[in-house]
Amino acid sequence: MAAYVELEDRAVEDGPFPDCVISVRGLRMAYGAFEAVRGIDLDVRRGEVFAFLGPNGAGKTTTVEILEGFRHRTGGQVRVLGVDPGCAPSDWRRRVGVVLQECEPEPELTVEECLSLYAGYYPSARSNAETLELVGLEAARSVRCKQLSGGQRRRLDVALALIGDPELLFLDEPTTGFDPSARRAAWDLIAGLRDLGKTIFLTTHYMDEAERLADRIAVIAGGHIVAEGSAASIGERMHKEATVRFTLPIGMAATELPASLAAAVTVETEGSIQAMTKGPLEFVRILAAWASERQLDLPDLEITRPTLEDIYLELTETSQ
Amino acid sequence: MTIVTQVVDRSRASAGRLVAHEFRADLRSYVRNRETVFWTVAMPILFILIFGSVFQHQSVIVSGGQIDEAIYYVPEIIAFGLIASTFSNVVVSVVRYREGGIYKRRRATPVSAQVIIAGRALVAALSALAITGVLLAIGWLAFGAQVPARTGAAFLVDVVVGAIVFCCLGFAVASLVRNVESAQPIALATILSLAMISGIFIPIGELPTWIVNVSRVFPVRALSDALLSAFNPHTAGGGFNLVDLAILGAWGAAAVLVAVRRFHWMPRGR
Repeated sequence: MAAYVELEDRAVEDGPFPDCVISVRGLRMAYGAFEAVRGIDLDVRRGEVFAFLGPNGAGKTTTVEILEGFRHRTGGQVRVLGVDPGCAPSDWRRRVGVVLQECEPEPELTVEECLSLYAGYYPSARSNAETLELVGLEAARSVRCKQLSGGQRRRLDVALALIGDPELLFLDEPTTGFDPSARRAAWDLIAGLRDLGKTIFLTTHYMDEAERLADRIAVIAGGHIVAEGSAASIGERMHKEATVRFTLPIGMAATELPASLAAAVTVETEGSIQAMTKGPLEFVRILAAWASERQLDLPDLEITRPTLEDIYLELTETSQ
Repeated sequence: MTIVTQVVDRSRASAGRLVAHEFRADLRSYVRNRETVFWTVAMPILFILIFGSVFQHQSVIVSGGQIDEAIYYVPEIIAFGLIASTFSNVVVSVVRYREGGIYKRRRATPVSAQVIIAGRALVAALSALAITGVLLAIGWLAFGAQVPARTGAAFLVDVVVGAIVFCCLGFAVASLVRNVESAQPIALATILSLAMISGIFIPIGELPTWIVNVSRVFPVRALSDALLSAFNPHTAGGGFNLVDLAILGAWGAAAVLVAVRRFHWMPRGR
């Protein structure tokens, strides 16, 4: 029995990528009869931003809490920085920073007092000044945490997770409720953390956020990983049909298009054409030849690829 | 062997430093929070002044004879202040920190559970000692209430045991309360109703017998009786009420059992 466990452990450590910060094999978590996580595999490489996406109730929070060492699993192998987070020894905690999804600031303390409190938990912590600069809160150092704006509170959360200078940072929905400019600022901050060599495990409901920040994305739905890859390749995105849109001059209809193009038209409303094609370049070449023969201009011509959100919705809807 | 000892010593020293670190931060939050300061400091002071002034120069029958009712209320309000600053303080702050995710965030750092609990308990203990000192001073200056020298040791033991037991009860009840909105009402309702039947607001001799019998099993009555006997000039001997201390000890042990089994760091109400 012991030999078997040892073999299994080695299989995890040797995973497909030797430099894995997080390695998960066959993770399962059941609450009574309900199985929230149904055997998932994950690998997060050192120095990457890994986005973990999924609708509410898909097993996302459960998985994150297991990886953070807050919840015991019912099955499977998990290694985070080479350690089973189910044991979560305190020297492992030194190497992991956690920004929780919902967390109130320390009551009645100022930003700097709050940082000093958390710095004291680590044998060697970053300096308060450096950490405040990193998250852009220098000006708010003597403000009571309760008086900070939503965006500033989130920055403080990140600062508290960074004060111990972790190798791995969990960011659970870091920009929920932000206005667009605060979101941009948070993205710059996260991109800056990647440049410092931190590995970041990010969960978010914003597809533009995942697309902008993540090196790799995994989508969980119904307790299974339904897709994994880069933002460009996930869910076969690069091989999906592109959409071509244009408007014909008044009085013309799709039937007047060359037959090969007319067949691809999916929507037509008063001359506004929408066509789906796997070969957008060929489509446009034929369309351009046809239009220039008739001395037509198609000024609103556009070609779009399916967005990450389209792919995400397709992935999570089909699995439910 | 020497090396092992050194390592242990250093970790013990740093655990002490960490507890002090945690205690300072929790104490700072505590004294800056007007609401908790009102319930745990201002209210007992208000009570001792009101009860003492209203009932001064009336006498009340206690074990062994009669005393001025103003003097009667000094140990009683000390019991109340002690319970407010340990029990309700711990219930309210633990539930608030847990449900706000603050404890979860602290537990995501290398700090140990023991350090966080010790920090919280020390704040409660310090506030209990402070309010006891203040009420002793008011009782003496305003109403001439004094602890006789021969029962001084018993008084100290009662205060320390009471503070520890009601602290443990605070952690136990906090483990059972599910959301932050109900923490303060639950804590307040518990201590006010038990105070009513335990002689804190109404002298035991004026209560119906069945109420006196019911309150006998609860720790509020045990603490109030123990402190009263330390203040009562008619008390013979050292004033150690072993039955009261045993009742307190039993409640403390039960509280530790519940807290160990049910205490959570993660928010539960959401």
